[in-house]
Amino acid sequence: MSEADIFKPYLLKIDQVIDETPDVKTLRLVFVDEQEGRDFTFRTGQFAEYSVFGEGECTFCIASPPTRKGYIECTFRKAGRVTTALAGLEPGETIGFRGPYGNIFPIHEWGKKNLLFIAGGIALPPMRSLICNVLDLRKSFNDVTIIYGARSVADLVYKSELAEWAERPDVKLVTTVDPGGETPDWKGQIGFVPTVLDKSAPSSRDTVAVVCGPPVMIKFTFPVLVKLGFAPESIFTTLENRMKCGVGKCGRCNVGKYFVCKDGPVFTFAQLQEMPQEY
Amino acid sequence: METENKSIRRDALEKLFSQWLAAGKRILAPKKIADKTDFAWIRTLDEVNLDQVQTVQSPKTAIFPRVEELFSFKSSDGLVQIRDRDAAALGEIVVFGLRPCDAAAFAALKAIFTWDCPDRLFSARLEKMTVIGVACARADEYCFCTSLGGDPGATAGSDILLTDMENGQFLAEIVSERGRQAVQTASGLFAPAATREKESHLAKVEPGFNAKAIAPVLASLFDDAAFWEEQSRRCVGCGACAYVCPTCACFDIQDEGGSSGKRLRCWDSCGFQLFTLHTSGHNPRPLQSQRWRQRLMHKFAYMPERQQVLGCVGCGRCSRACPVDMNILEHLRAIAEAKP
Repeated sequence: MSEADIFKPYLLKIDQVIDETPDVKTLRLVFVDEQEGRDFTFRTGQFAEYSVFGEGECTFCIASPPTRKGYIECTFRKAGRVTTALAGLEPGETIGFRGPYGNIFPIHEWGKKNLLFIAGGIALPPMRSLICNVLDLRKSFNDVTIIYGARSVADLVYKSELAEWAERPDVKLVTTVDPGGETPDWKGQIGFVPTVLDKSAPSSRDTVAVVCGPPVMIKFTFPVLVKLGFAPESIFTTLENRMKCGVGKCGRCNVGKYFVCKDGPVFTFAQLQEMPQEY
Repeated sequence: METENKSIRRDALEKLFSQWLAAGKRILAPKKIADKTDFAWIRTLDEVNLDQVQTVQSPKTAIFPRVEELFSFKSSDGLVQIRDRDAAALGEIVVFGLRPCDAAAFAALKAIFTWDCPDRLFSARLEKMTVIGVACARADEYCFCTSLGGDPGATAGSDILLTDMENGQFLAEIVSERGRQAVQTASGLFAPAATREKESHLAKVEPGFNAKAIAPVLASLFDDAAFWEEQSRRCVGCGACAYVCPTCACFDIQDEGGSSGKRLRCWDSCGFQLFTLHTSGHNPRPLQSQRWRQRLMHKFAYMPERQQVLGCVGCGRCSRACPVDMNILEHLRAIAEAKP
């Protein structure tokens, strides 16, 4: 993609389709042009515009970490026109990809800190890139705690990774489902994410917290973190406003004067406190 | 460059049109069609109507078309081929007869499309555009350019600004290098200016409010829901204001034509509920009052801060087009006078 042609997508071929839940899929994508693939770089937290030619574009994060080369993954729920079309594609088919866009999780500033990841439902994908990136550089960080919740057991995504993280002695994983969402053999917690967080959170001392989830989960999680002693500057999240261009021109993703696509999607709670409630 | 003053007779202007057309340039100018005057591709000066205060639509379509193909694609058997737009094939154009407010509006569009990462097609169109403005002899109650730093004889944004001296001559102020080249190419058609006194030929537009007061008041009003509700109670969210606006640049991207089709950029409006609606059903700006607030904040607070340019030139088109008679000048006055 030349700099001068901001709307021209790369062509990516679907290498693998993974069914995460009945309506959530992960696509593993490889560049059609191998040289473009070798030249492509991104950092964790960034997003892209994915397109099905003839249907249009849609916006998701890059769900794989930059530490795993040779492919890109995205995870999405089949919900609208483009995601329905994407969900109907099979390995070998070609899609469009523009990116990477937006800012990053500043993990280079988190060395030797404890990390607390809190995710809800379909919001695990942006954090999965981050978690995998952190685990690939595991020695750079101290304790790693992951709290992940979904409405029901069936709605938990990345089940194979959850199993892998549960096995690791250097990761503390807490999974939870909303009351009523459990199955008879469910061994995790039952309760909403903010409640489970209150019970299972590590000390806020030297700890960075990252929260990704639906607006209502984020709204109730921030106060719990503040109560636990986290400074607003040490709490990170990503915003998910509707986007079209990804490059600060189409005019719809703004929160006050900030473009989620250029100034975000990663913001600290301290930044959000200074921003209007337009997300 | 320093502005040079020349003059041109109406009959010489007709020759200039012929020269432009012979050189392969297309001319976009105000043309009266039935009871409306709008920008159209014209061939002769006779087609041009300069008597109207303002056209219904702005000339922004010259560099930001209502629907623009970004590229086309062909898919078959899982393979996709993308065919780029050839920017070099975009022709030279002359936008003639636009008002100083419209000429000034190009700076706002340029700020958006070249901010951070330049838009290739926009930049190519801008590069191939010559702007020949015509100063305003008349204004109406919707005009408020003078509140925002413009005036009926302002040269900013024009390559050449003409003022009808009402004696068969136009004063021609040569503002830019591109304007000077246009004069050089049109050998003999421009004459030395007998006078540069144009004030008596210009409309009078009294400043309606203090633009400098707007941005800080807007910031303090953001959370005043009752204020925005009051401001926007009549708004039906039709988006007409954005479509006639010379600086509104918000757009959508859509595909058309199935698997072997085109990717299009289309005008959009922050006044539409769908503009920000998430697939989940969540909407960060669910109320019309919040969308009206966004329209004013974007133009008068965010753009000045982020792109160092106002997103409004005071052309008054939105007020003339509004089906429920919302007059932006009255709304801005109310903001300028609001007690934070």
